[in-house]
Amino acid sequence: MLSFALTVLLDGISYGMILFLISVGLTVTMGLMRIVNLAHGAFAMIGGYVAGYLTQNGGNFYLAAIAAAAAAGVLGGIAEASIYRPLYRKGELAQVLLTIGIAFVTTGAITAIFGAFPYPVVFPDYLTRPIDIGFRDYPAYRLFLIAVGAIIAAVLWLVMDGSIYGARLRAAVDNPRMARAVGIDVNRLFTLTFIIGCGLAGLGGAIGAGVLSLEPDYALKYIVLFLVVVIVGGEGSFAGSFVAAMALGIIDTLGKYFVAEAAPYLLYAAVFVLLLWRPKGLLPPKSAA
Amino acid sequence: MIRPRTGPALAAIGHALPWAIVIVYFYAAPDQLGFGTQVIIWILFAMSLDLALGYAGILTLGHAGFFGLGAYTAGLFAIHVSPDPLLGHLAAVAIAALFGAVTGAMILHTNGVTLLMLTLAIVSVLSEFANQARGLTGGDDGLQGIKLDPIFGMFEFNIFGKTAYLYAAVVLFGWFLLAWRLVRSPFGRSLDGIRQNPRRMRAIGTPVWWRLVAIYTISAAIAGSAGALSAQATRFVGLSVLSLLSSGIVTVALILGGTRRIYGAFLGATIYFVVQDYSAKISPFFWEFVVGGMLILTVLLLDGGLLDLGPAALRLRDRWHGAAKDGE
Repeated sequence: MLSFALTVLLDGISYGMILFLISVGLTVTMGLMRIVNLAHGAFAMIGGYVAGYLTQNGGNFYLAAIAAAAAAGVLGGIAEASIYRPLYRKGELAQVLLTIGIAFVTTGAITAIFGAFPYPVVFPDYLTRPIDIGFRDYPAYRLFLIAVGAIIAAVLWLVMDGSIYGARLRAAVDNPRMARAVGIDVNRLFTLTFIIGCGLAGLGGAIGAGVLSLEPDYALKYIVLFLVVVIVGGEGSFAGSFVAAMALGIIDTLGKYFVAEAAPYLLYAAVFVLLLWRPKGLLPPKSAA
Repeated sequence: MIRPRTGPALAAIGHALPWAIVIVYFYAAPDQLGFGTQVIIWILFAMSLDLALGYAGILTLGHAGFFGLGAYTAGLFAIHVSPDPLLGHLAAVAIAALFGAVTGAMILHTNGVTLLMLTLAIVSVLSEFANQARGLTGGDDGLQGIKLDPIFGMFEFNIFGKTAYLYAAVVLFGWFLLAWRLVRSPFGRSLDGIRQNPRRMRAIGTPVWWRLVAIYTISAAIAGSAGALSAQATRFVGLSVLSLLSSGIVTVALILGGTRRIYGAFLGATIYFVVQDYSAKISPFFWEFVVGGMLILTVLLLDGGLLDLGPAALRLRDRWHGAAKDGE
């Protein structure tokens, strides 16, 4: 019984880590610039395909993951400078439409280049084998996800809490006008953060390909999931995203074990009720509270 | 917005044109009526979205839910209750309206991203339910085996789709008249105000929440009607009617044509499906690329959709002249 509970917990956490990696960039976009960004999944997908292409052609998995993050980050930076900037002044509708447009274009381009079928990332052998963790054999890949997720979450937490960059970012999320008034270049801060966020999404898309499988529909299929993490956690809230991602991962896994048929819509129904109860999310930043 | 005063004759031509095209198409392309019917259905769907999103400013990506609900209701009604198409259509409209009223009442006190997320959650619940309830809906195989009686016992649905085309056109015309009246009524004007500044509208005594729920319900009813038409015209309901992609497509169609014009839906849906049809012939997935590109350009360059092309060209000319003067 205990071993079963631990298995569910590990499954849930590893899934949650991927959701967190991909969504953490989105929470900044939505919290800091108040942009409804439905194209975020596209950056994760691009990262995944880059890693898939490289590893299928014999590239080293870790280098491929780094290349995935870099590619997604660079593309994110270009998109921010060219397409997103005119959007900040426009309404939510324009933002929804334009970012959906980006997701469509990416889906079309990926289909044209890689085909419509699922596209695997080749993981190293030792990750695909189960290893003994004391009470049972458990897939090494899942443990790898938990480790990477935990390391990045810790680094993010240190940066957000301890560095001047983190202090500026938190200030800008909480009160962008006041942050501008005290001399913080919010636009540059945002560009930088956008690049990092897209890079993390690309990394998440690459190493998480074993959980969220890569296919051209990825960008639209999973964006709802990423949005759920951001909105449930509270836009712009890092801790909120982490809690929401973990909760989502564990609830979803529990659902799959116990009520396989009802799991997907129970999840969305839960999100629905939660948002009616707390429209600003679980842990909203000060600006939204 | 200041509009140039156009003569009543010109306005009459403008009104007659779309309907003339609907009629001419019927005779000019008898072997393409299936495509025409699909376009008419999506015009109706886009028009329903225009009422909620365009006029009232309700940010939603959940309209596919009403379309799908209408489609499944009409299909299931034909299979389990009665093969009469009009009764099935009425049932679909009623169910979609009821669902719109109930969910609208729950979510319309929120706004922005939270509202968007709630609409996404609702349509996701519907979609997952339809996927799981295979016994009822056929799951991802789709709902098959829909058989319909002739309309009024006289006009049979046949493989050439003449009946379906005219049926869809008549339904569109009916809803169009209602929508046209509605947005010019005091009720429609109050929606304009709510979109622009809900707080101020509340301050001058408008029951904002009630008005939003009302238009959301009407919009849901029309979307359900479009869904019912779709199920009846093709005698099939696929799971994809409930997808985010459907919501995306109808929004694209509306925005391409232009919001808050009613006729924007006509132009946008037509262009969307013509482009999709052509680009899908080049490569089955090319249309996503084209549609996404059209969407990005529309948002960046045209605030009012393609019906805004004329004014936008004028603005560009003015700016050009202005720049030329500055340069001198």
